Amino acid sequence: MITGLWKTIAVARKELRQIRRDRRTLLILLFVPAFFLLIYGYALNFDIRHVRLALQDNDRSAVSRELVSAFVNSGYFDLVGEAPNPQSIDDLLDRGDARAVLVIPVRFGADVAAGRQTLVQFLVDGDNANTATTVVGYAMGLVNAQSQRYELQARIGSPAGPILNVEPRVWYNPELRSTLFLVPGLIAYIAMLTAVVSTALSIVREKEAGTMEQVRMSPIGPVPYVLGKTAPYFVVSLISSMSIVVAAIILFDMPMRGSWLVLVGIVSLFLVGALAFGLLISSIADSQQVAFQVVLLTSFLPTLMLSGFIFPIASMPTFLQVVTRIVPARYFLVALRGIVLKGVGPADFLPDVIALVIYAVVILALASVRVRRQWA
Amino acid sequence: MGLTRLAHIVRKEFLELRQDPRLFGIVIIAPIIQLTMLGYAATTDVRNVPLVVVDQDVSSESRELVSRFDASPSFEVIDGLSSTDDVDRYLNTGKAWMALDIPQGYGEQIRAGRPTTVQVVADGTDANSTNVALGYASTLVASYARELASPSGQPQAPLVSAEVRVWFNPQLESKDFMIPGILALLLLVVTTNLSSMSIVREKELGTLEQLNVTPIARWELIVGKMLPYAFIGIIDVLLVVFVALLWFEVPLRGSFLLLFVMSVVYLMTTLGLGLFVSTISATQQQAMMTASFFFLIPMVFLSGFVFPIENMPAAIQPVTYLIPLRYFLVILRGIFLKGVGLEVLWPDALALFGWGVAILVLATLRSSKRLA
Repeated sequence: MITGLWKTIAVARKELRQIRRDRRTLLILLFVPAFFLLIYGYALNFDIRHVRLALQDNDRSAVSRELVSAFVNSGYFDLVGEAPNPQSIDDLLDRGDARAVLVIPVRFGADVAAGRQTLVQFLVDGDNANTATTVVGYAMGLVNAQSQRYELQARIGSPAGPILNVEPRVWYNPELRSTLFLVPGLIAYIAMLTAVVSTALSIVREKEAGTMEQVRMSPIGPVPYVLGKTAPYFVVSLISSMSIVVAAIILFDMPMRGSWLVLVGIVSLFLVGALAFGLLISSIADSQQVAFQVVLLTSFLPTLMLSGFIFPIASMPTFLQVVTRIVPARYFLVALRGIVLKGVGPADFLPDVIALVIYAVVILALASVRVRRQWA
Repeated sequence: MGLTRLAHIVRKEFLELRQDPRLFGIVIIAPIIQLTMLGYAATTDVRNVPLVVVDQDVSSESRELVSRFDASPSFEVIDGLSSTDDVDRYLNTGKAWMALDIPQGYGEQIRAGRPTTVQVVADGTDANSTNVALGYASTLVASYARELASPSGQPQAPLVSAEVRVWFNPQLESKDFMIPGILALLLLVVTTNLSSMSIVREKELGTLEQLNVTPIARWELIVGKMLPYAFIGIIDVLLVVFVALLWFEVPLRGSFLLLFVMSVVYLMTTLGLGLFVSTISATQQQAMMTASFFFLIPMVFLSGFVFPIENMPAAIQPVTYLIPLRYFLVILRGIFLKGVGLEVLWPDALALFGWGVAILVLATLRSSKRLA
């Protein structure tokens, strides 16, 4: 037992030395979390502002100008130009110079003044379906609000405002900042990167270089070897995950509402599964090229796409929702967001903790069977 | 003479690729699996938001409001609660994203024609989806309020209404926007990663020294290394385009020939980038890490693949001009959805081509320094 421990430490020291010598890999392990944090904090968001709007005003009355200024003053639209004729609308949208065009018909002002129903046209470039949906929503809301003002002006004495109102209240993230949503996802991503990729590659490299034979010949058993190989990456991953949380709290005022102890526990649990998965891949692949492609396919892309990191799982088709159940990051994210944003304890996300435990145990068992068979 | 030497290198690379049948399988099958997964997953549409209802009024009016929510495809009423306190439990565990709280006396107020307010509580952790879902909720309530307010009980048309016409993607389907992007993403991931390891592997194995003493010129080595991967890339392009057209029914409104030619130009940039990474790396692990994490991931996020470039801060936007993926995405979406040709896309095509030539020259120069 004691000698096993010493052997483990010896392997871990060798691995640490190798990590330290490879400056660039170390740099990447440090650079990537920082890069992602900045990019998510500052550069990327789904909040749509400054939509390029072109105008075709066939009326040129005070009322039509009022509608246009309602668009501009909303802050959602920037007026980029005029489209004098239908052909120019084509050109503007084709070239992407404008994302939306507002067409106001002739006699618009006169119709409104007379209380006759009228129609403005709103053309949107739909190539980015998500942006377009939001833009359409903005436009409908603006036109609706203007319309209600005119209606009130037209028939004085009608009740002020609509009969039924909604009072929205947003919990956990009242300003609806996408950063707070994305940062926990980032932790899963980084953990996946450092844990799975590094473990898989570091073992396959020994296979490729032929040093695996030497290790097998030496008195180190499979268990100390695997433990010694994975321990440094466990520590590195844990540190980089935690530093993301700390940096997000300092830079972006991310709240940390739950318990740090639970957070460390959940991250460690996830890392055990991830390291075991890296081990499993290393036992299947014979070259680093293959190992890396397998990692990309089986853990990298699913963590990005199928975990609820960016795209909501509830909106996916049913069969794909079933597939997301074998992606460990899915459970990890529920737990992380629960701890960090909601301040809830393990009791509230117990099913997710159980799923993570099952994942870790199953993958660990599979990996140890494969590694033992190869060792013998 | 140069051509026969080139052919030898290409043959050697193909032989090496064939030696690893697993790699070959991955390169061909993986894109199809990924496209199918991502084509379905990469949607930012918001549907089936799980909703709980706290109906403190229990009148026919309140039931009518709840049934409006239930009938909408955006919401799914999963439970009815008797007390507002129970909402905590549902939002904390994430079982529900939203709660609709109808106060006592709601039905009476509506019958009397007095304005009244219902409360919607939302879980803000997924800021984007919540924003969209809140919009749906208030639109739904507003149109219901219109119906209630009009004397005939019929929805009354507003004085001014907007006629919305969506171009290029009238159904506003995410997949039509995402799938051309996924084609670009897959090519980048597969070809750049593979080629980034090609020269470095020879370095690691020591065979680069042997190549060095043969009369092979630098550019012959680079081009010879590139061609087999270009071949794989072209197969991937064809596979992915066919799956996109036949399975996902993404419209291809522009010219297939132009799409193909531009894909080849794009492959030049991705392979050139991979080879460049190969020349600046000492080990395969380094090459992979450098390619993926210094180049691929930043490119994917800053190219406009998911996050629109217009939403980025002004300081970041110029950086996106350095990314070849950005130009290819404009070209792909232009050809697929807008059906435009080179007359509109030439600036992007030119930028992409220039990028490809530059990175290949850079890779050749680097490799000659290394080999000399």
